[in-house]
Amino acid sequence: MEKPILTGEMFTQGDIAAAEGALAAGCRFFAGYPITPATEIAERMAYRLPRIGGRYIQMEDEIASCTAVVGASYSGLKAMTATSGPGVSLMNETIGLAAMTEAPMVLVNVMRGGPSTGQPTEASQSDIMQAKWGSHGDYEIIALIPSSVQEMFDLTIRAFNLSEQYRVPTFVLADEIIGHMRERLIIPPEDELEIINRKKPTVPPEEYLPFKPETDLVPPMATFGEGYHFYATGLTHDQKGYPVMTDEAQLALVPRLCDKIRKNADKITQAESTETEDAEILLVAYGGEARTAMRAVKDARAEGMKIGLFRPISVWPFPKDQLKDAAANAQQVIVAELNYGQLVGEVERIIRNEVPVHFIPRVCGTPHTPDELMKEIRRRIK
Amino acid sequence: MTETSRISTIEEHPILEYIRRDRLPHIFCSACGIGTVLQSFATALRSLNYDMDNMVIISGIGCTGRASGYFAADSYHTTHGRAIAFATGVKVANPKLKPVVISGDGDLFAIGGNHFIHAARRNVDMLVLCVNNFNYGMTGGQMGPTTPVSAITVTSPDGNIEHPFNLVSVAAASGAVFVARWTALHARRLTKSIEKALQKKGFTFIEVVSPCPTLYDRYNRHGTGLEVMKKYREISVIRNFSDPMQAEIDYRTRIVCGEFVDSEKPEFSDLLEEHGKKLQKGD
Amino acid sequence: MTRTEIRLGGLGGQGIIKSAVIIGEAASIHDGKEAVQTASYGPESRGSACKAEVIISDTPVDYPLVLTPHIMVALSNDAFHKYKNDLGEGAIAIIDSDLVKAGKIKPGVQVYQVTAATTAHNVLKNPLVTNVVMLGAFTAITKIVTPEAMQKAIANAFPRYRELNLRAFDEGMKLGQEALEQSSKTK
Repeated sequence: MEKPILTGEMFTQGDIAAAEGALAAGCRFFAGYPITPATEIAERMAYRLPRIGGRYIQMEDEIASCTAVVGASYSGLKAMTATSGPGVSLMNETIGLAAMTEAPMVLVNVMRGGPSTGQPTEASQSDIMQAKWGSHGDYEIIALIPSSVQEMFDLTIRAFNLSEQYRVPTFVLADEIIGHMRERLIIPPEDELEIINRKKPTVPPEEYLPFKPETDLVPPMATFGEGYHFYATGLTHDQKGYPVMTDEAQLALVPRLCDKIRKNADKITQAESTETEDAEILLVAYGGEARTAMRAVKDARAEGMKIGLFRPISVWPFPKDQLKDAAANAQQVIVAELNYGQLVGEVERIIRNEVPVHFIPRVCGTPHTPDELMKEIRRRIK
Repeated sequence: MTETSRISTIEEHPILEYIRRDRLPHIFCSACGIGTVLQSFATALRSLNYDMDNMVIISGIGCTGRASGYFAADSYHTTHGRAIAFATGVKVANPKLKPVVISGDGDLFAIGGNHFIHAARRNVDMLVLCVNNFNYGMTGGQMGPTTPVSAITVTSPDGNIEHPFNLVSVAAASGAVFVARWTALHARRLTKSIEKALQKKGFTFIEVVSPCPTLYDRYNRHGTGLEVMKKYREISVIRNFSDPMQAEIDYRTRIVCGEFVDSEKPEFSDLLEEHGKKLQKGD
Repeated sequence: MTRTEIRLGGLGGQGIIKSAVIIGEAASIHDGKEAVQTASYGPESRGSACKAEVIISDTPVDYPLVLTPHIMVALSNDAFHKYKNDLGEGAIAIIDSDLVKAGKIKPGVQVYQVTAATTAHNVLKNPLVTNVVMLGAFTAITKIVTPEAMQKAIANAFPRYRELNLRAFDEGMKLGQEALEQSSKTK
């Protein structure tokens, strides 16, 4: 049997790194449907999973892919799918079901230009809000955004860990730049990886309440075939999992589904601040766009300008405390995104009116160039 | 307990061990065919002494979609139309599990039609029990993919103009290895077919033509549930292994029942396992 | 200069992207430098315009795309003329003189002409290795990656045709040396 974890160095694409990260995290089930620019993940999984005792299936569409992933998750396997925005549009129904029935699952969205079929081979960051609000009703998900091939690997592992720990659908939101570019990937030895598995029930089946939370607001999870004979439904349900159409049942369930993420946000959020301590202008950028911003920070600092970069790595939940710290001395904030205005709204909400928040949109298929960001910085610093 | 007192105790209903007692009473209308189907299914489980640790009961949305919630088994109530896609994930992830999908005609063949034909094509091991009452009951009796031409429903108030699916023919053409049709009247034959299907490995399908006295049969002046059952007795003919393409389903003339397909074909999770084992050996 | 921007241009099917991946792997895995490789392409896999880029640096690469190539390798006439004006002062262009007619080029750009396609066809008896011949020339002319690193990356890239491709690389190195000597003579 081939090794599930390919410890060592390779020069590879972000998409491949996501697949290898999933396998390293213990993912043994993948269901998907071909779509540019995420197909390399499915291709890698189709090759790798059967060789390490895992299961790969190409479904009839993205609805089926995502639903099969939930079925596999409830059957005890760590499971994932990978797609792009149009696929997520179809999966959103099941993402709501996974949120409602608290199924751990990982979804990699390699974002391309939209709306609709848009620009399949071009990069974009325009599914940031889709990830958060795509399905109907009140719920929370987790979304992580990688900026390098190495982070595609690292954050896919973290996505599995968070998904298992909080029993929540978790996104890896990559853009096409990161998905398709090749860089060095270092896969550490197995014993250096931190892997988290879902909590299992410690009570016998007759005492088990499948949706009774513990103090972290997360219920332990039995899986099919273990003799627990539990029921789960997308309807509002009580701790037994039975459908209950009362206000009390909705009140006991829906706020908990949100609060298990909101109240644990300090353990989930992740961000990186570069040269922010004395920064008068704070750049905010993430994913592929953050690499331009990093260059702009270097160039601007070389010219004597006090610029820093705040890079949210978890966008949902948003690292708001880390942003406030990074912006502590800033007189202006510049948000650069590869879209026409998405995460900037969240930044404005957190910064309030304390300092001006400027936005540089970009709706075509490559990140801003360093010159474009420098132009904006020079304009704002005057 | 003495022998006398045991005898004087009212015995439990024989299928109660398969039912979540704390969920009774159920939500189904009197004379609805779902009750018959669930009773036949539970009776089949009992006669096979089925190991319930290896079964997952899955349903979609609708009246029949509520079925999964009444069984004392691992069970899951998916979104509308997705039961078969979920069941595929279950079977592939843990091949020791037998998924049983119990759902309605609209759920399985309109919104879930694509999943049905592809699971049948792959021959994923599962039993799909479809209660066909010719309309969407839970939402108030709208027309659906099996509603006969000219039938009255709340969304075809002047008579349905769409051609309906013949479900056994869809199942057979898609590759199901066991295909049967009964009406809610044929409880014993239905039970036998369920027993057979549960012992087969592959995609198995049983359609159960069922009264909906509250909506469909009332709109179409078919009378009470009892009268509909009498009509089933009058017009049903059993034609085992006849061509499912020709299996007529017409309330005015006849309903052809029987087991139409019982064949063998390699099952998907077995093929996956075999494929994986070869690759793991480095073949 | 720690950041070197390389652009390879040609037609889909010529192994342009594969060549860029080999350069990237040689630099980052075998030479221990930092490298990022990207590509852009049309919906056709064969015959369309194809561009692949590699950035090699001593420090981590931030902005991942090429802005002003220091090195261009062109395997089609269209690609050469499309990208030649992006080249900066002191840049070099390596072209297959069988496939590209260089014509006038802006001052400050050094053009090296090699006969990769002819060599692949006549010497190696396999036109499919044209890109690897070009990689040999690229290695000899630019010295941005070591021949040893390139040989390792080529061996990894073509496990079934390792020997053929390593020979193609050697032939390309010779062509590159000749082009260098030629150019120093004309100077």
